[in-house]
Amino acid sequence: MNVTPELDARFRAAAVREGIVDVRYDVVDSPVGDLLVAATERGLARIHFGSTGQEEELARVFGSRVLRSPIDDVRRELDEYFEGKRHEFDLPIDLRVAAFNEEVLRELARVPYGVTTTYGALAAKVGRPTAARAVGTVMNRNPIPIVLPCHRVLGANGSLTGYAGGLDVKLQLLQLEGAILG
Amino acid sequence: MMGTMSPPPFERFYVRHRDEVLAYLRRLLGPRAEDAWQETFLRALRAYDRLEHGRHLRAWVFTIATNVAMDELRPRASANLAQAPETAAELRRDAFKELEHLTDALPPTERAAVVLRYGYDLPYAQIADALGSSEEAARAAASSGVRRLRRTHERHA
Repeated sequence: MNVTPELDARFRAAAVREGIVDVRYDVVDSPVGDLLVAATERGLARIHFGSTGQEEELARVFGSRVLRSPIDDVRRELDEYFEGKRHEFDLPIDLRVAAFNEEVLRELARVPYGVTTTYGALAAKVGRPTAARAVGTVMNRNPIPIVLPCHRVLGANGSLTGYAGGLDVKLQLLQLEGAILG
Repeated sequence: MMGTMSPPPFERFYVRHRDEVLAYLRRLLGPRAEDAWQETFLRALRAYDRLEHGRHLRAWVFTIATNVAMDELRPRASANLAQAPETAAELRRDAFKELEHLTDALPPTERAAVVLRYGYDLPYAQIADALGSSEEAARAAASSGVRRLRRTHERHA
């Protein structure tokens, strides 16, 4: 006798309502492929390009009580973004990174929709003008791509450089936003 | 399998055991199993971050399910039957098919011991954990349950 989808959904909802889940996750489909999104009680904590295999990593960072469950506000804002209707995200963020990374990611969040910047410029903004490489590493480890828009950060010569979701996805996001690439 | 390591993410534990725990509770509780099933996994989730290792998780969740079922069976069984004897009997006939219905008449502890031993193949040490008793007591409950079933069966045969 298998658990029905209704019973399963009822349990997951009850668990989230009771506040006994460390981190819940959901898979959102998008024009750049499936996105695995994860949230804690504090806010959006992860966006991963792909649909599976993140449970262990989530447990390691947030606690073992990992449960798949709908995350409606994140799904809705991502849908609106990919439809071109949303230029800024209003989602609360749960950022658990080192102080320097946090400073860089907060600065990154200020780069407006459709505008690009460079690793060096971002480094200068946080008062470390020579730390372009370190900023690149922070971008590389960005836990919440798309919402924290590391796709808007380019090399000094305007090259796409790198992206967790692949350079084609980076290009696709910049085109969606109408960013002019030099 | 990383049996001795830290517990797996709850999602994996839940997906691995949700169906067999529901089947077990259906054997013990019939149509009341769904609420007990949800309560079982809520209790498991409440305690999950305090688990020190990932060993014996199957026995652990059967322990919780057994406790929930016992809570359900002990105080209310007679009251429920008194309130709506026909409905209860009717529902039970639907829910317990083939072998399951045989254990229906056993006292709760014997029923749990028999179902865990012969339905789920759990070793007596783990059944003892589930029943909160010694291994000898678990063995005795199962064999007493089997003897009782045999007597009942012989009477009806």
